[in-house]
Amino acid sequence: MIEAQDIRYAYANKVEALKGVTLTIKDGEFVAIMGQNGAGKSTLVKHFNGLLKPSKGKVLVDGVETTKSSVAALARNVGFVFQNPDHQLFSETVEEEIAFALKNFGFKPEVIEKRVTWALNLLSLTQYRKTSPFLLSGGERKRVALASVLAWDPSTLILDEPTIGQDHEQKEKLRQFIMQMQTQKKTVVIVTHDVEFVAECNPRVILMKEGKIVADGEGKEILTDPALLELSSIVLPQIAQVFTKLAPLGFPKDVIDIYEAKAAILKQAREKGMLK
Amino acid sequence: MAIIETKNLTYTYPGATKPSIVDVSIKVEKGEFVLITGPSGCGKTTLCRTFNGLVPHFYQGELKGEITVAGIDTLKHHTYEMAKHVGLVFQNPENQLFALSIEKDVAFGLENVGVPREEMRRKVDWALNQTGIYDIRERSPHEISGGQQQRVAIASVLAMEPEVIVLDEPTSFLDPLSAEKIFEVIYKLNKEQGITVILVEHRLDLTAKYSNHLIVMDHGAVRLEGDPRKILASEETRLIGVGIPKATLLYQMLKKEGLNLGDQTPLSSEELADQLLEALKPRD
Ligand SMILES: Nc1ncnc2c1ncn2[C@@H]1O[C@H](COP(=O)(O)OP(=O)(O)OP(=O)(O)O)[C@@H](O)[C@H]1O
Ligand SMILES: Nc1ncnc2c1ncn2[C@@H]1O[C@H](COP(=O)(O)OP(=O)(O)O)[C@@H](O)[C@H]1O
Ligand SMILES: [Mg+2]
Ligand SMILES: [Mg+2]
Repeated sequence: MIEAQDIRYAYANKVEALKGVTLTIKDGEFVAIMGQNGAGKSTLVKHFNGLLKPSKGKVLVDGVETTKSSVAALARNVGFVFQNPDHQLFSETVEEEIAFALKNFGFKPEVIEKRVTWALNLLSLTQYRKTSPFLLSGGERKRVALASVLAWDPSTLILDEPTIGQDHEQKEKLRQFIMQMQTQKKTVVIVTHDVEFVAECNPRVILMKEGKIVADGEGKEILTDPALLELSSIVLPQIAQVFTKLAPLGFPKDVIDIYEAKAAILKQAREKGMLK
Repeated sequence: MAIIETKNLTYTYPGATKPSIVDVSIKVEKGEFVLITGPSGCGKTTLCRTFNGLVPHFYQGELKGEITVAGIDTLKHHTYEMAKHVGLVFQNPENQLFALSIEKDVAFGLENVGVPREEMRRKVDWALNQTGIYDIRERSPHEISGGQQQRVAIASVLAMEPEVIVLDEPTSFLDPLSAEKIFEVIYKLNKEQGITVILVEHRLDLTAKYSNHLIVMDHGAVRLEGDPRKILASEETRLIGVGIPKATLLYQMLKKEGLNLGDQTPLSSEELADQLLEALKPRD
């Protein structure tokens, strides 16, 4: 469980990035944090693994204040993937990068081998096992960063912009993996600008603006509220955009799922005798 | 006249076992808005790097075939000579920022080509405003958020008003509404000043509607090229793993069920909504 109690944070240049944030994320929850560039999303999630400590207020992870536990101790349970993979990669080969944390945590060599192979496969990186992460494409580097954290199976995952550089297939694999984490009661927090990805996952959504939380609720509810989204510099998912415009025909506005959309349109077309 | 033309371009990074772009022959006319897409690692960024000569001048390696950009053979000219003609926004904005302030970063290119102070001020302010970073212009580009960095990189290129603007996955760091606003600015430059735009993207929901020329790459090669409406409607595109815009996908799903909304494949929610409003409107 992650609890933030009225936290504030100012960087060395005096920019106050968090201006009083209170929230609770329970074990097993899947949360997407969204909002304007510079809203404080990355700053907030860096508090969840103790990378940053609040200037005011408290952050508790599993009941322990982050100022009272070391980053190393927190790291064992909370896996963190940076927005920019280059802030995280340093090994000479992809394989070593993924094995690094596993070695640090003292896993046995045969377990390490198994986990590395598993993570390479999950993130479609097997062909790059012996390659330097710095010679990979942007999307591939992001997947190396993801692999190196997923490999040690932390109970809480914090992923800052996990879909950067990812094509449709990779996003779908990521979505399925997160769903699987859900069934194991693991906590997943993502920071993302990818509205369509969030619409497909339908997690709890938290909107931030200028260092504060401006909305917190069920994905479908928030992603179909044009006023809230505009306030947070987000656009409606494409299906919701279509249905907002179809309101004069009596369609509901809160549709984000493409299959639900299809069923609703076909139903009306049938009623109007346009289909057999 | 084609502003970019490549003939059988094949390129291998130093030490790599296989080429990252394979036999690419494309032609981009002046004033086109080109969208390049394809699976992660298929060679999109590498192709962009050939447009301003970073490949092969900076990355070395082996380039075969021919390429001309704005009438210049990039193989025979330095990257800095290309900067006047081609502005490239990198996939990772941080790699592009180096000055002590955002403002200085945006002014850097103009300073280099000796633009008078007055004019420079005007252009820099314009670019800072268009990308929504005027208020933070005095801050260091290393003490800002990822999306703010992406905006600095875009502003630097806009300020130069090059003939060709190349944007490599800009929406990965931009919040959706800002991305839309910035695309509108670029679209306007494209329409009004005939600036050629090359946009690399996975998220076609946000971008397909602007393009008139789509290139789908896979494994280093160009697999499909042409009218975005035709290509996004094809089964082959879906099989390559391109993320088809939801509006386009819904149109096709409805068509399969026998609901025909007209011949034009929609690329945006506006287009699909108009087709549906027309098809389902009350008739009496
Ligand atoms: N290293 C830093 N030093 C000083 N200020 C910073 C630093 N990183 C971010 N900031 C500032 O703190 C605020 C919040 O930034 P943060 O990175 O948390 O935003 P974000 O919501 O993650 O944005 P984005 O969507 O662009 O990634 C912004 O005003 C930003 O300019
Ligand atoms: N500097 C480099 N050295 C060697 N190989 C590279 C380098 N940059 C990219 N590659 C490889 O070239 C291929 C294409 O990469 P890239 O053009 O970045 O792909 P995309 O932009 O489509 O994701 C990938 O297999 C990648 O690993
Ligand atoms: Mg961020
Ligand atoms: Mg790329």
